[in-house]
Amino acid sequence: MNADKPLNKFLSGFFVNGLLAFICLFWTVPTIGLLISSVRDRIDINTTGWWTIFPHQDWVAVEQIKPAAGVDRNAPMTLVGVTHTFEEFREGITTPDGKRLKWIGNRRVGYLEVQEYRWTANTTLTTENYKQVLAGSDYTAQLKDGTTVTERGDDMFSAFLNSLAVAIPATVIPISLAAFAAYGFAWMRFPARKLLFVLVVALLVVPLQIALVPILRDFVTLKVNGTFLAVWLAHTGFGLPLATYLLYNYISELPRDILESAFIDGASHFTIFTRLILPLSVPALASFAIFQFLWVWNDYLVALIFIGAKPGSQLLTMRLAEIVGSRGQDWHLLTAGAFISMLLPLTVFFSLQRFFVRGLMAGSVKG
Amino acid sequence: MASLTRPLPSSGPLRALLGLVPLAAVVAFLSWGFIFLRDLQAPSATPSPQIVIVLLAIVWGVGGMVLLFATANFFIEQLPTNWMQRLQPIIFVGPAMLMLVWALALPTLRTLFNSFYDGSGEVFIGLKNYGGVFTDPNMLTVFRNNLLWIIFGTAPTVSLGLLIAVLADRSRFESFAKALIFMPMAISFVGAGVIWNFVYAVKPADAPQIGLINSLWVWLGNQPQAWTAFFQPWNNFFLIVIVVWLQTGYAMVLFSAAIKGIPGEVLEAARVDGANEFEIFFLVMIPQIMGTIITVTTTIIIFTLKIFDVVIVMTGGQYGTSVIATEFYRQYFTYNNSGYGSAIAIVLFIAVIPVMAYNLRQFAQREVF
Repeated sequence: MNADKPLNKFLSGFFVNGLLAFICLFWTVPTIGLLISSVRDRIDINTTGWWTIFPHQDWVAVEQIKPAAGVDRNAPMTLVGVTHTFEEFREGITTPDGKRLKWIGNRRVGYLEVQEYRWTANTTLTTENYKQVLAGSDYTAQLKDGTTVTERGDDMFSAFLNSLAVAIPATVIPISLAAFAAYGFAWMRFPARKLLFVLVVALLVVPLQIALVPILRDFVTLKVNGTFLAVWLAHTGFGLPLATYLLYNYISELPRDILESAFIDGASHFTIFTRLILPLSVPALASFAIFQFLWVWNDYLVALIFIGAKPGSQLLTMRLAEIVGSRGQDWHLLTAGAFISMLLPLTVFFSLQRFFVRGLMAGSVKG
Repeated sequence: MASLTRPLPSSGPLRALLGLVPLAAVVAFLSWGFIFLRDLQAPSATPSPQIVIVLLAIVWGVGGMVLLFATANFFIEQLPTNWMQRLQPIIFVGPAMLMLVWALALPTLRTLFNSFYDGSGEVFIGLKNYGGVFTDPNMLTVFRNNLLWIIFGTAPTVSLGLLIAVLADRSRFESFAKALIFMPMAISFVGAGVIWNFVYAVKPADAPQIGLINSLWVWLGNQPQAWTAFFQPWNNFFLIVIVVWLQTGYAMVLFSAAIKGIPGEVLEAARVDGANEFEIFFLVMIPQIMGTIITVTTTIIIFTLKIFDVVIVMTGGQYGTSVIATEFYRQYFTYNNSGYGSAIAIVLFIAVIPVMAYNLRQFAQREVF
């Protein structure tokens, strides 16, 4: 792999890019399968693999033959020149010219299909799955074969709104509290300052599981359980140690002379904080805000405990987990629902990648 | 806020009292807003458009906090200077500390206290719950599973992250490849659970397989398998794969930065000395980025110790896949066994402390933003 040997360089580059491409493919295939499935017809999803939308060789029906009304289907039947029993037709008969005869459906109302082995692709796509998952009331789905079914929608649209109602305040509140506290720790002098800051860092260690039940008891006593406020407060508490610690690191490093000249001009702490510190801290605030927003958006446990089964306040993750539990084989709903829950995080990821990566790196130690 | 910080005309106690008025008004207004919003959501209320409730809730939550800070500060600034200086840190640091103590410090003590009581939470039984936690055969499976998670969740994540970082570093498609590997970090565990449930999906032997793995498996001439259910104890590995898939991006980004931080002369010197690429990787790069390897390893150990969502969504903790966090949930919320559940939470806490303390020491040494 010396730079002076062009062939070696080419080969190693080929090897590196090939292996990398293979890993990337492996990494993205599960997600791609989900996305493709979410726009396929519900019957298709359950009977053929999602990869059949790509061109592949398979048996394709070219003709349907219905036996005449009088034919006894319990005895051997003669169809398109060959004679076989129903069981044999159901297994499939290969004819000398390379075609296949296969019985489709049951004995009484089924028919015989003449199939050819050739290139095909399963490309019927639909948005029905999304419509049904988003719908709040009964939804009449149009199937590929022209029939309709009416089923309850999964109310994902309302869950999306609820997730927003939880995630936005549960991001803004802890970050604001943490920014005030970080400023206080960095630029104010008061008794027990060091001790309190040590407490903040020490609380980084506490896993949130340990705190769930006592908090739940307080919420029940205060009668706020099941409200958005309860979830905001819980996320605020759980997010604060890391937010305070990270923002302190950032704010305490800001140049001292800017603040001192502001003090000399007679500005109060509050003015300096809102006019000077916050604008200067935008990179740190934005990174952490993205982390906290995603954390709350993707959270399941905290919402499960503090909102619980309360109808009308369900979040996306809760709705999705509920479909997994109660209708785990309805892949048309699961795939569409999962993609809806991923939509916002993926948008943030692809549009704000820099802040996103920084935020997630910084947030990795969250308890 | 300029208009708020202008001093009021009068002075002394009257001024302080007047300064309190906006704060009191905001508190009253917010309390009214809470009751109003709660009643809007109550089952008995006439249904109002959800988008209105959601917008009101966001405005109430975000705006309320801003108003509280602004008016509390306004009140402080009306006080005599020496009082103002004494009380201002309370306005800045107080709310955060209050939340921290209420949401984390006290609950830790309360859970510890609870763990010495029986299921009803009324009879003191000393360390009996802990005795149960460490002898119950079911809990032993749980601990075994967490050990599996730690070993087989961490090792592949770290090595794959490192491999991809090294490969990407030499590729022209670096940023694109890294984006693809990092993308799962944006996905919720519940969403990832659905994605992988679909990869593992199983259909009866006579029907076409729609899951990728079973499709390949049947194509190779085998019977379809329910990978995450009856395939014990190997089903745990099929869950662990999901977390490797989710977390490798994290490892990769840190390693990538660390590799780029290795001085070019060091690598060049090794090449001049005749080291081949493998020697350079194992003898030069690895020692140089050891600190990062430790950080990534400890972070992922903590993560796997606390794993919950993936297991709940994939198997509900059944089929011998239960882990500490799911067992805690089951004992506490399904069986109402508060003492035992608390003891499990404390065990989790104690297991996390040493790794976390080490991790934080490493964390403090690196530039975060």
